[in-house]
Amino acid sequence: MMPNLMTPRALRSLLPAISFTVLLIGIFYVQPRAMSFMGLNLMLNLALPIALATIAQMFIITMNDIDLSLGGFVSFTACIGATLLGESPVLGVLALLACIGVYALLGALIHVRNLPSIVVTLGMSFVWLGAAILVLPTPGGQAPDWLRAIVSVKTPFVPFVIVASAIIAVGVHLFLMRSSTGVILRGAGGNPQAVARAGWSLFRAKVTLYALAGFFGVLSGLTLVGLTTSADANIALRYTLLSIAGVILGGGEFVGGRVSPIGAVLGALTLTLASSLLSFLRISGDWQIGAQGAILILVLALRTLVNRMERRK
Amino acid sequence: MHERRADKHEFSEQGRPFHTRPHSMRLVDGSVPSRTSNLNAVNFNIKGNETMSKYYAALFAMTVSVLALSPAHADTSSKKIAFSNNYAGNTWRQAMLASWNDVTPKAVADGIVAAADVFTTAENQATEQAAQIQNLVLQGYDAIVVNAASPTALNGAIKEACDAGVVVVTFDGIATEPCAWRVTVDFKEIGYRQVKFLNDLHPEGGNLLEVRGLPGTSIDSQYHDGILAGVKDFPKFKVVSEVQGDWSPTVAQKAVASVLPSLPDIVGVVTQGEVGFGTAEAFKAAGRPIPTVFFGNSQAELAWWKENIDKNGYKSLSGSIPPGMSSMAFWVAQQILDGKKDIPKDLTVPFLAIDAAGLDAALASTPEGGVANINYTQDIAIEAIAAASKQ
Repeated sequence: MMPNLMTPRALRSLLPAISFTVLLIGIFYVQPRAMSFMGLNLMLNLALPIALATIAQMFIITMNDIDLSLGGFVSFTACIGATLLGESPVLGVLALLACIGVYALLGALIHVRNLPSIVVTLGMSFVWLGAAILVLPTPGGQAPDWLRAIVSVKTPFVPFVIVASAIIAVGVHLFLMRSSTGVILRGAGGNPQAVARAGWSLFRAKVTLYALAGFFGVLSGLTLVGLTTSADANIALRYTLLSIAGVILGGGEFVGGRVSPIGAVLGALTLTLASSLLSFLRISGDWQIGAQGAILILVLALRTLVNRMERRK
Repeated sequence: MHERRADKHEFSEQGRPFHTRPHSMRLVDGSVPSRTSNLNAVNFNIKGNETMSKYYAALFAMTVSVLALSPAHADTSSKKIAFSNNYAGNTWRQAMLASWNDVTPKAVADGIVAAADVFTTAENQATEQAAQIQNLVLQGYDAIVVNAASPTALNGAIKEACDAGVVVVTFDGIATEPCAWRVTVDFKEIGYRQVKFLNDLHPEGGNLLEVRGLPGTSIDSQYHDGILAGVKDFPKFKVVSEVQGDWSPTVAQKAVASVLPSLPDIVGVVTQGEVGFGTAEAFKAAGRPIPTVFFGNSQAELAWWKENIDKNGYKSLSGSIPPGMSSMAFWVAQQILDGKKDIPKDLTVPFLAIDAAGLDAALASTPEGGVANINYTQDIAIEAIAAASKQ
């Protein structure tokens, strides 16, 4: 049976895809050169680490928490990727695993002590930045060759970044939206009392979500350093806000449990495209942040409109 | 690096009054290259092509491969140059953009290049600038002049630009990617020249205080190496203390003031950045005789120097990297597009030095709170390239 595309619910989940398509058409119109394999690749390849960071942030937002340390964390893992991972792979992998472990511990700490995640992660953002400077005091380092090879794979017909984004989006979607574990994880954010009363451990759900966020944060740092070939302790600081914006743009909400992995990836790509479009339109950098904010507000306004339609019915 | 200093300020200077305009041009200064006599020495024939430029543009597509092979200059009138700038929030950067805007519109009007557009990123972040560079490639620019947010984090994007056939010229904030050109000044020479000047002034030698820049930057270590080389050549001088000045007058003033009580007599303060004024003030506040302090081309320093020349014949030197380096990078990009692929990747151009004789002229042309500047012409660029190619 064909689902009715005009229901508010369907409209809401289609909104990220619609805004992405509208931007893409706008770009093709302004800059036809972008309508090619190379064009798409150039425009979007830096969106891959943003998409991964957005997925990481989405796991935290699933729990009705927020992660203000993600940018620092991605920078730190990028620095490890450019130093330890190449020099002694075993130590590098151990360090990255330890990073994921720290994220899981943070989840445990926040749950057990009932701390506000915004405070804990704000503190951690300075810890990660400091650690990144310790690992890489001056910009430099070298991403291992295999990492650079992976991120610059030339897939046929469709640029690698699009293939990879699709795999990530669908993979996380299947896990979080379709599997029974996913249902519990979302439930732990959306209705913790119900989940706890049903006998599921909120502690385990939180630790799992934080560990997953750490895992995708590590992936984001590694893809980033693979793309840039070397690192800088400040390299990804703006990912914190970009990732939150990506989740929200993609249909996530700050109420816990209401997230969309496919929407989040599309949101990250949309933000990247938005800055490309603005730069093709020759809008000066000073205005670009404001214009990006305007796009975000526009999409959110549309969503509110859809929600109101829903309520009227 | 200018942008790095700026970052530092954002954290360290919040809430502080704006008295000594710390955000201005930290690095800059140097001696004016006395090049006026050579201005007409090398003259390229590009300007003469104006009337023919449309015809050439049409012809260009067909003959591009031939031109690329021949060492003769190609017509660059159809070429577009973009300037990817990571930061515009201090006076040095403003002067840098002003130089670009002074020089390039005329080049466009004269038909030397088709466009020379500035793109400044809003957040001074490497990933943002990397995306910007990729967008500029897509927009069909033939060359991109870059003042980089990071010496390394843009390498991936720059490599992709090179692979797409785009010429990338970095300056000031340079990038280490081998396919890019780097236009810089010899910071080591500035450091060395300070010690040499002291040797002429005080042949008997003496103790030196060194004010360093922002730790961990290559520019700081280049200055330092120059000073070490100077002390090695003139062993009567000894650096008795080093302080960290972060290229900021206020930071330097505090740092110098805190070590002064422990120091023996000092004959000279070797510096980097525009810290001379703050350093001299620290000596004055401690009631000690003001030694020979070197300057970094800021208007405040030059004004102080001038005042003290009138008072007691104060002798010193001022030197730094001029913000007009942006215009030099523009001409270098134009020359590369012109078919000169053999230009050395590391291009060192003369720094802007000001001595007592040139002080009045420099002071007259430097706005209050600004930094001494020089706009480079195409001829100076050609000359600098020729000099660098010979080495």
